[in-house]
Amino acid sequence: MSQPLNSKSMTIGESGLAVFFAAAAFLCLIGAAKAVDVAFGFHAALGAAASLASVFVILNRYFDRPSLLPPQEINGRPNYNMGPIKFATVMSVFWGIAGFTVGLLIASQLAWPALNFDLPWTSFGRLRPLHTSAVIFAFGGNVLIATSFYVVQKTSRVRLAGDLAPWFVVLGYNFFILIAGTGYLLGVTQSKEYAEPEWYADLWLTIVWVTYLLVFLMTLVKRKEPHIFVANWFYLAFIVTIAVLHLGNNPAVPVSVFGSKSYIVWGGVQDAMFQWWYGHNAVGFFLTAGFLAIMYYFIPKRAERPIYSYRLSIIHFWALIFLYIWAGPHHLHYTALPDWAQTLGMTFSIMLWMPSWGGMINGLMTLSGAWDKLRTDPVLRMLVVSVAFYGMSTFEGPMMSIKVVNSLSHYTDWTIGHVHSGALGWVGFVSFGALYCMVPWLWDRKGLYSLKLVNWHFWIATIGIVLYISAMWVSGILQGLMWRAYTSLGFLEYSFIESVEAMHPFYMIRAAGGALFLIGSLIMAYNLWMTVRVGEAEVQSPVALQPAE
Amino acid sequence: MAEQNDFDHVSGKTTTGHEWDGIKELNTPLPRWWVLTFYACIIWAVGYWVVYPSWPLLSSYLPGVMHYSSRADVAVELANLEKSRGEKMVALGAASLADIEKDPALLALARARGKTVFGDNCAPCHGSGAAGAKGYPNLNDDDWLWGGTLDQIMQTIQFGVRSGHAKTHDSAMLAFGKDGTLKPEQIVTVANYVRSLSGLPTRQGYDAGAGAKIFAENCTVCHGDAGKGNQELGAPNLTDKIWLYGSDEATVVETITNGRTGVMPAWVGRLDPSTIKVMAVYVHSLGGGK
Repeated sequence: MSQPLNSKSMTIGESGLAVFFAAAAFLCLIGAAKAVDVAFGFHAALGAAASLASVFVILNRYFDRPSLLPPQEINGRPNYNMGPIKFATVMSVFWGIAGFTVGLLIASQLAWPALNFDLPWTSFGRLRPLHTSAVIFAFGGNVLIATSFYVVQKTSRVRLAGDLAPWFVVLGYNFFILIAGTGYLLGVTQSKEYAEPEWYADLWLTIVWVTYLLVFLMTLVKRKEPHIFVANWFYLAFIVTIAVLHLGNNPAVPVSVFGSKSYIVWGGVQDAMFQWWYGHNAVGFFLTAGFLAIMYYFIPKRAERPIYSYRLSIIHFWALIFLYIWAGPHHLHYTALPDWAQTLGMTFSIMLWMPSWGGMINGLMTLSGAWDKLRTDPVLRMLVVSVAFYGMSTFEGPMMSIKVVNSLSHYTDWTIGHVHSGALGWVGFVSFGALYCMVPWLWDRKGLYSLKLVNWHFWIATIGIVLYISAMWVSGILQGLMWRAYTSLGFLEYSFIESVEAMHPFYMIRAAGGALFLIGSLIMAYNLWMTVRVGEAEVQSPVALQPAE
Repeated sequence: MAEQNDFDHVSGKTTTGHEWDGIKELNTPLPRWWVLTFYACIIWAVGYWVVYPSWPLLSSYLPGVMHYSSRADVAVELANLEKSRGEKMVALGAASLADIEKDPALLALARARGKTVFGDNCAPCHGSGAAGAKGYPNLNDDDWLWGGTLDQIMQTIQFGVRSGHAKTHDSAMLAFGKDGTLKPEQIVTVANYVRSLSGLPTRQGYDAGAGAKIFAENCTVCHGDAGKGNQELGAPNLTDKIWLYGSDEATVVETITNGRTGVMPAWVGRLDPSTIKVMAVYVHSLGGGK
């Protein structure tokens, strides 16, 4: 990309992307005009507006920039590209708080149904996918994109590949979330759990995700280190597998190209099998592999200790990704799924136990020689407790996949509790730990605004998690026992509604736990905000706060 | 980067010699307990595949040495259930309503089954304790809109109330205000009269004579001269202090103005005849059966 000085021309990326967005704006306008339902029209209009804004931003950026693109290196040191990472970091905090808030609302709706407000937009059925997508894909996804772009640059010692491409990934991904979330509120869903967005949102995500894969891969390709760092294996496994899962689970035929409704090509038990192959590996590769990558960079970095075992990292990586992909059928025990498929799902889940714990061992034992830091560094404590929760839920998961256990736990709140010990304890805490590390690094601050506030966040959120999961254990087991209780005459002892009545106290405790978790995250947001605003600068050169484009 | 294996003094182990952004890796061997547990899980899984249905083949699957089948399991469990209930269930299906009431064993069986069916089908409106709610009658008291004998209860369960079924109970409280039969002030007057029938206080300036006159001209056809109701028409007894929609003046005025057309679905076709019979016995036994 070396160009003669003084003469400035558009890169292929700039001109190509500008044309792409101009065409997209045109198509979206047609879509908005011919839309057969309100939601599609609204989304097409959003698409047109975003596309036009993109064309404007790309051209504006071109006219404002010097003739040369940012150099790969400055004074022999890599010129890291931090803008898109800062954007994704800010978005992750925003979506996290939004997702936790909606979670608290729907937890409260289960305890006090009047909070549905008798409005379609605020009903549990629409807000539940809003909550799950906001916390998994919006919060978790932005944390993963931000940390993966950061870690791959730092551990490859090169600038992120592409000029506009990283921005396209972070902005495009968040636009997907906007379409998905507003769609849920308007009642747009293809009714597949964790894959609710309709066909046009899926198509857009495919484009964004392939770009993400390319940016990540091309950065690895031009790395200056001889070996690929372990975290990058996990990030790559996460990105590749999510692409495969997304394509496998979502093939659909739209009723009209101008409407939001579509039908999945799979049917019956095959559809169920595809759904849980997808659903379980969203857990395995999005919420596990991706966040293990975070663990492998941020824990050794924060503890200033070497990773415990290189061999363990290799073995458990390959074992994990080979075994996880088989475990989906354990979501379909005692259903129309053939017995042989249920057996495989269950046995592979059991075999998955040790590969999962390999990650836990490597995370925890990296602390050896630095355990004393847990007393003084609440960020490290958060990271370590996240790994402990990871260990706990990856023991609980295989146990629940055993058919006799599953016959009690399936369809009960135990599952909800299990998911949240992984989601709040593992994914939440490891993300918070990474954000606490990364924000000062990104904004060139010496350290966090307040470690004391991190400590408050840690304890309030931990108590919240304990309340949440213990309430769900008790209510789940109670539910399971009530459903299977028979009278001496062979009739069910309890009606369903009686089991619902019995859940009420636990639903209140759960909501209280969720409220504490939310309060903790608000403390974090304030702390991070103050770190950026008033934190002491690391270097003498003043760093301007970059506006999130 | 120097590819040499550094010695880590804290752990007493060497590193692999790699370093990324300051992060090194120790050359620690795999923990022995970890490897052994992993192997044990794999061996257990292979053993499970031998015993239970496992790997798919081209047109079938490995059935496992036990030839286990979850469908066969369900069939066995259902057969066992039938066996444990024995011939009593058959007898229950054949018995008449009166026979069930007379035979304590059959009655106990019907009540046990009825409770289950009630919880899954009736509780959403009538409450899990059958105490009812606004617009949904309490089934524990002995106040019956359409009659409280076994046959009458069975009739109501089968065909419902204003359910659209050809044999349903169909009459309804008329909308005297909306239809223009009565003026708003007349409705207030007669509402106070209705309240007075069960001893509730009337508002100041209420003309008892006018109330009685309006009641006699409009209401007695269904509710009877004394307001005691008529179960043939589902017209509630207005003197028994039991109120389906509420006894405050505003609610009574609303009832008279707009009428009431609450619905109970017809269960014939949804529940099989013997289940409906059991339900009639169950509801009858709740406390208020006649």
